[in-house]
Amino acid sequence: MERNFTLVILFAALIAVLGLVPPIPLTFGVPISAQSLGVMLAGAVLGSWRGAAAVLVVHGVVALGLPVLAGGRGGLGVFTSPTVGFLIGWLPAAFVTGLVVERMRSLRVGIAAGIGAVIGGIVVLYLCGTVGLMVVLDKGPFEALMLSLPFIPGDLIKAALAGWLTQTIARYRPGALLSRA
Amino acid sequence: MLSLALPGASWAHRLPVGVKLAGLAVVMVGAMQLRDPWVIALALVGLVGLYASLGRAGLAAGLRAARSLFWIVAVILLWHLVTDQARLGLTLGLRVFLMVGLANFVTLTTPLPELIALIEWLAQPLSRLGLSPRLPALSVALMVRFIPILQGRFGQLGLAWRARSRRRPGSRLLAPLSFSLLDDAEHLAEALRARGGLAPRKQGKD
Repeated sequence: MERNFTLVILFAALIAVLGLVPPIPLTFGVPISAQSLGVMLAGAVLGSWRGAAAVLVVHGVVALGLPVLAGGRGGLGVFTSPTVGFLIGWLPAAFVTGLVVERMRSLRVGIAAGIGAVIGGIVVLYLCGTVGLMVVLDKGPFEALMLSLPFIPGDLIKAALAGWLTQTIARYRPGALLSRA
Repeated sequence: MLSLALPGASWAHRLPVGVKLAGLAVVMVGAMQLRDPWVIALALVGLVGLYASLGRAGLAAGLRAARSLFWIVAVILLWHLVTDQARLGLTLGLRVFLMVGLANFVTLTTPLPELIALIEWLAQPLSRLGLSPRLPALSVALMVRFIPILQGRFGQLGLAWRARSRRRPGSRLLAPLSFSLLDDAEHLAEALRARGGLAPRKQGKD
């Protein structure tokens, strides 16, 4: 009980710390932040519910006005900005990533985590982000999706990293892999 | 790790947090209905006045938050210029500044302890589920406490890497960072158990 709690909290802290890593500009100029890697990892390592709980803690801290999002953003303002869908979408993103790892037990955990990160951390996340853009900007789904497409290559790299990291954790700290416990 | 809230005791700081949040919700719904760029621009002028009433530090903090929106608003404007809907683009761009500015105003004028007290009050039903109502506040405190620790660990790993190699570490430090995080979680859990764990306190034992 206490251990699950502290794991959730520390993954929430990891998501915040990854937001402080300077964004890496890709070759065509789109900066990617490592923050959603933390979301994928939380789901893949902690599993569906606990991964989503870690994201919920981050959301709470953001709403309290602490600058824990990439670029030092925070406060209630981010919940009304056009990119709110990508922030709220972290919840189902971590949940689905964890769900895939929990359900695909026949696969190696790293592979399952990579697949989960693509489905949860990219497909589900962009779905939420696009809906957010549609609501805030009164756009159709096509236009809204166009605004976010340039970020997908960076996210594919992050999904691969999440898979590799999960496999590494499974090897050296198997007890912490709550998603396959 | 500092809160974004401004120190001070302006009129807005003195308003109860519940009033501010309820007011924000009402104003937000209203702001979503605005379609005329001139009306929104007028509302923005009012918002700047609101920030100005907090003094120079208030204006500076508002500008800092607005600056982070610059790129997304630029993309929105560009998109609408290309698709020949300049007026709509202006409406949307201004509205983004208005909505974020309004919400941010509440964040700037509400000290962290007041918000934590609100959360503890909202969390009271948790005790019926057998959880401590202090859980949310404890989560926030622990997370905020561990951000500088993890950051420091990341910095140390970077130094150790540079002592061994000329190449950039890239993503290679993530694995050792994860291990140290998982080990910290074990130690922290032990410390929590030693202090009575997460179960709600027994009545009359405080």
